[in-house]
Amino acid sequence: MSILASTAAQAVELAQELNPEEAKANAAASGAGMAYGLAAIGPGIGIGYLVGQAVQAMARQPESAGQVQTTMFLGIAFTEALALIGFVVFILLKFA
Amino acid sequence: MTSVAQRLEGPSPAAEVAMDMVKRGLVALPLGMMIGALFAGFNGAMSVAYGIALILINLILSALLLGWASRISFAAVASVALGGYVMRLALIFFAVWIVKDMSWVAMLPLGVTLIVTHLGLLVWELRHVSASMAHPGLKPKTPRTSSRPVAAGRR
Repeated sequence: MSILASTAAQAVELAQELNPEEAKANAAASGAGMAYGLAAIGPGIGIGYLVGQAVQAMARQPESAGQVQTTMFLGIAFTEALALIGFVVFILLKFA
Repeated sequence: MTSVAQRLEGPSPAAEVAMDMVKRGLVALPLGMMIGALFAGFNGAMSVAYGIALILINLILSALLLGWASRISFAAVASVALGGYVMRLALIFFAVWIVKDMSWVAMLPLGVTLIVTHLGLLVWELRHVSASMAHPGLKPKTPRTSSRPVAAGRR
């Protein structure tokens, strides 16, 4: 707790030393990093779960493996869209 | 002893779906470039084209990796799907990072294109896949489910 408080105090001191433009750029950079990082976690979990279930389905019912694989591919792509949205937020905050 | 399927043989259905989506993406490319040009001029058109190319390459890579892994083993599918996700995200990041300072890049059209193309192509494709699942007799003409399960120990 005391470490958090001292870090926060240091951040406030640092922010006071910066001019508003620098502070804004720093905030955008941290926000961009967090957006990208956090947005990648959910799809990672989702794809892991999805692929696990699909592999189980293919092993149990090999005759429907083609259909399962098609659905898995589309599911992965849909889940990946969430990460892409986070990535777009990142590039807009960081590079635009 | 019951033999358990370990891997698939034959053409990958994921690759067929991806090629379908690439065809549709190429059809949508001129329209996307026109919309980009309308909102952000030449830079917008170029950024839209780059964004669509990125998405199509991403889809092809994903399908090829999954198809390749499914011919090895189901366990490889799981590893390749997760590893491929990380790798493709990194590739997209580097692809954007390389061009970020170039004069023809407009970030807003590029970002919007990435999301809209990805979701648009998926929804477009999903309509056809759903139709073929609901009415399996209508599709596929060429055997989409031609992947054959191969039991452990068989070559």
